[in-house]
Amino acid sequence: MDSIPNTDNYMIAGFIVSFVVMGVYLLSMYVRSRNLKRDLETYEALDTEKK
Amino acid sequence: MQQKPIFLTILDVLSIIGLGVATYFALVYAPTEAVMGNVQRVFYFHVGTAWVALVGFVLAAVSGILYLVTKDMKWDRFELAAVEVSTMFFFITIVLGSIWARPAWNTWWTWDPRLTTAAVTELIYIAYFMLRAGIEDPEKRARFGAVYTLLGGISAPITFMVIRLFRTIHPVVIGNASAAAQGGFDMTPNMLTAMFIALGAFTIIFIDLMWHRIRIGALEEKVEHLKLKVSM
Repeated sequence: MDSIPNTDNYMIAGFIVSFVVMGVYLLSMYVRSRNLKRDLETYEALDTEKK
Repeated sequence: MQQKPIFLTILDVLSIIGLGVATYFALVYAPTEAVMGNVQRVFYFHVGTAWVALVGFVLAAVSGILYLVTKDMKWDRFELAAVEVSTMFFFITIVLGSIWARPAWNTWWTWDPRLTTAAVTELIYIAYFMLRAGIEDPEKRARFGAVYTLLGGISAPITFMVIRLFRTIHPVVIGNASAAAQGGFDMTPNMLTAMFIALGAFTIIFIDLMWHRIRIGALEEKVEHLKLKVSM
């Protein structure tokens, strides 16, 4: 019987890529959300000052 | 930003659990494929991410139509979220396919009909962000984006169907494979279970990420309005 080929490194690389891409996307969402909240606070303060 | 809905928090938790369960089923529960070895395990994430990405591109096209009909900006936010999350997942699909192809086909990439349509689809949606970034007026941006996703949406069913219509080396999971297909395998019941678990998990994660992205879109719109108001 033929033995099963060792393709473990490819499998590990595949799962690492999947988790890293999802992780980077989540991080980008968090950073954008945080920056937008900061911008909103600044503009709200400016708007109140203007009034 | 509005208070985070409790259901979204539940969805966050379910997504984390779903990803963990899908990983367990792919790495532990599913048996090792006899011809390809452990690299076949990336297949579960490959199919799961491809499924949500292609559905997302179709959803973006539908929301594009709804925007053009109603002129309601909520459909623009929905469309943008669908395209962004789908593009990210489709990137994973393509990279996983390439990693699987190296030991299975002895090459990282080949201009096979499925791989070509997948690459074209990804590029179409990357160009969507470039188009949006180049338009200042929000309404014009939404209108152009809607028409673009409507046309771009055609690439999703083409990518799905191409392995069923043309001679290709890409294996077919459901339906008859082309005679030229290489790297196909018979799915055991445990493999099928792992695949459906991955499909379910990535569907939950997709909905969760979409919802978060829609909320960010609403915040972007609010900031944009306030910025205009302050500068006037």
